[in-house]
Amino acid sequence: MPAVDTAPLTFRDSRLHPLWDKVRAGERLSREDGQLLFETEDLHGLGRLANFAKSRLHGDQVFFVLNRYVNPTNLCVLSCAFCDFARKKGEAGAFENSIEDVLEMIKPGTREAHIVGGHHPDWPFEYFERMIAAIHAARPETQIKAFTAAEIDYFWRRWKIEPREALTRLKQAGLHSMPGGGAEIFSKRLQKELRFTGKANADRWLEIHGIAHSLGIKTNATMLYGHIETMAERVEHLVRLREQQDRSGGFLTFIPLAYQIGNTKLVPRQTPPTDDLRTIAASRLLLDNFPHIEAYWVMIGEETASVALHFGASDVNGTLEDEKIAHAAKAASPAGLAQEQILRIIRDAGKIAVERDALYNVVKVWS
Amino acid sequence: MLADIRAKVEAGKRLERADGRWLLTEAPLVDLGSLAQEVRFRLHPPRQVSFVIDSNPNYTNVCITDCQFCAFYRKPGHPEAWTLTVEQVLEKIESAARGGATTVLLQGGHNPALPLDYYLSIVRETRRRFPQVTPHFFTASEIMTMADVSGLSMPEVLAQLKAAGQSTLPGGGAEVLSERVRKRIEPKKGGPRAWLDVHREAHRQGFRSTATMMYGHVETPEDIVDHWEAIRELQDEHGGFTAFVPWSFKPGNTLLEKWIKTYQGPNAYLRMLAASRLYLDNFAHVQASWFSEGKRAGQIALHWGADDFGGTLFEENVHAAADFVNKTTVEEIVTLIREAGFTPVQRTTEYEVLQVY
Repeated sequence: MPAVDTAPLTFRDSRLHPLWDKVRAGERLSREDGQLLFETEDLHGLGRLANFAKSRLHGDQVFFVLNRYVNPTNLCVLSCAFCDFARKKGEAGAFENSIEDVLEMIKPGTREAHIVGGHHPDWPFEYFERMIAAIHAARPETQIKAFTAAEIDYFWRRWKIEPREALTRLKQAGLHSMPGGGAEIFSKRLQKELRFTGKANADRWLEIHGIAHSLGIKTNATMLYGHIETMAERVEHLVRLREQQDRSGGFLTFIPLAYQIGNTKLVPRQTPPTDDLRTIAASRLLLDNFPHIEAYWVMIGEETASVALHFGASDVNGTLEDEKIAHAAKAASPAGLAQEQILRIIRDAGKIAVERDALYNVVKVWS
Repeated sequence: MLADIRAKVEAGKRLERADGRWLLTEAPLVDLGSLAQEVRFRLHPPRQVSFVIDSNPNYTNVCITDCQFCAFYRKPGHPEAWTLTVEQVLEKIESAARGGATTVLLQGGHNPALPLDYYLSIVRETRRRFPQVTPHFFTASEIMTMADVSGLSMPEVLAQLKAAGQSTLPGGGAEVLSERVRKRIEPKKGGPRAWLDVHREAHRQGFRSTATMMYGHVETPEDIVDHWEAIRELQDEHGGFTAFVPWSFKPGNTLLEKWIKTYQGPNAYLRMLAASRLYLDNFAHVQASWFSEGKRAGQIALHWGADDFGGTLFEENVHAAADFVNKTTVEEIVTLIREAGFTPVQRTTEYEVLQVY
């Protein structure tokens, strides 16, 4: 299949023509352009633009990683309105893993461990530091991607450890990179409405990623969409990420996270797959300084993830053994896929599967 | 190549075999969808997607044809073999009718123990007791079975079904209309002609029918083009096909399972729908299904040339036998169509609009 679509580009929505000119010329899209990407009914036009941008960066390649999902605890002092994962102490289903438990979860040979958890009421920072050091010592081959900016911020709120110090010490202990969670949606209105005022806000979240980047820690970014946010709020979120990337440059991948209705039911149904494709495409086009946009199969399902590889996505995350957060909210996808299924998602789209590590070093190009 | 195909499509010129092969193997997926959608909107300008309230019960799983892809059938005498009486079948139809069904798609195995009168009674009694239900009964190979057991000719069997009150046929059992493929996966069912002749005769007698395709097993793109050519040619003769309905093979519990190396996922499905929309220029409708490829893939498929979302399928046993189960309600179908960006429309078996939501 050709790497770049060569068809004459006429768009059903003629408003996309100026955007096509900009994208081809490598010019940055404006906020207004972004708004149009989220409004147009020309889903295919959007897909063609995004596919062009993706193919220019990565050709037909799509990346994945063999990884393991680890949650040290689901105890959390917060009560975010969209979360089905968090528990209070003593509540049914609450869990606290020891360092030994965590080590057991990470099998020898695991390429990447993705470690995130609740804002635990009283585990000291040193516990997490020891956990990272222990994993690094026992599994030197495993790259440790741990702690969202929200968790790093919580180390300051709870233990008065500055993010720079926390990240410096964690890096020393063996931290490799940071996941992109906890960004939710950058909006004061929604922070209040969805009750996550006790969590790092947009400025703080971005500041912490900037600090990580300055320390040589690569990070990801996310956006929780498909609940009660407006399209303008999505655009604002993406633009703020783009500005931060201009300043600090350490983001690897942007991962749009489709809200799972679970028991929190902010909306009656999960956003439809066409909205997932739209959001992935718009992200690819707006985030011109991000290397990768991810189709996170856990949230959107394997089918939509596979089609999204034609809408600007260049990564499908990984095997994600034992994913818990989306599944606490009843995500319909299986909690971990065999490598064979990941390859299927990529091959069904006619793309080339590239196995990577946490930093996008190529491990193996699959045929 | 896409520009050539676009020019042909816009000029109303028919696509040729080489075009078909390219659409199946190389056309960029999103461009293909875009072009198919243009054609779909030219044929059906309103932003509407139709669906039918229906059920797919079965009257027997006894079958002597041993198709390699089938998880549903049992040989005569097998402990799990079953056959319903006429009254039991009518109970199923009654239950579908109570649920609001306007179509019942009834099909079964090739059971040599059933006389022609069994089939005729089901049709007659359905018409008599449930006049609101269209009997969309019996695929081509079942018609041939009726001819075998009765000693009548196939046209005579169709004429008797017609006299009993039947006027449409489901399009199942086509699989892929290619000599090579059918010999490999269903040698006892006959070549493409076995299916085509029944539909030709049915159309001649005034029946309407659908054309289906089950892909994703041993076929090549060339075989798919054979299939399109065959049904497009037949459609030129009498115009009796209402719609084209493709679905992917589900390998669970079948003899064919261990031979299937390639998985046909959502991208293959979108490609099949869109390419079919372009190739089958004399078909009014192309059906995408929430059922066969999953609800979310089905919603995406409504943007790849399909204008119909299939039926509610209150009862379904054939895919289920291959461990593929998917259920819905009328409310959910309506919501799925709306979410995908279209106005839902309830239709009859013959694609007449009953209700705009």
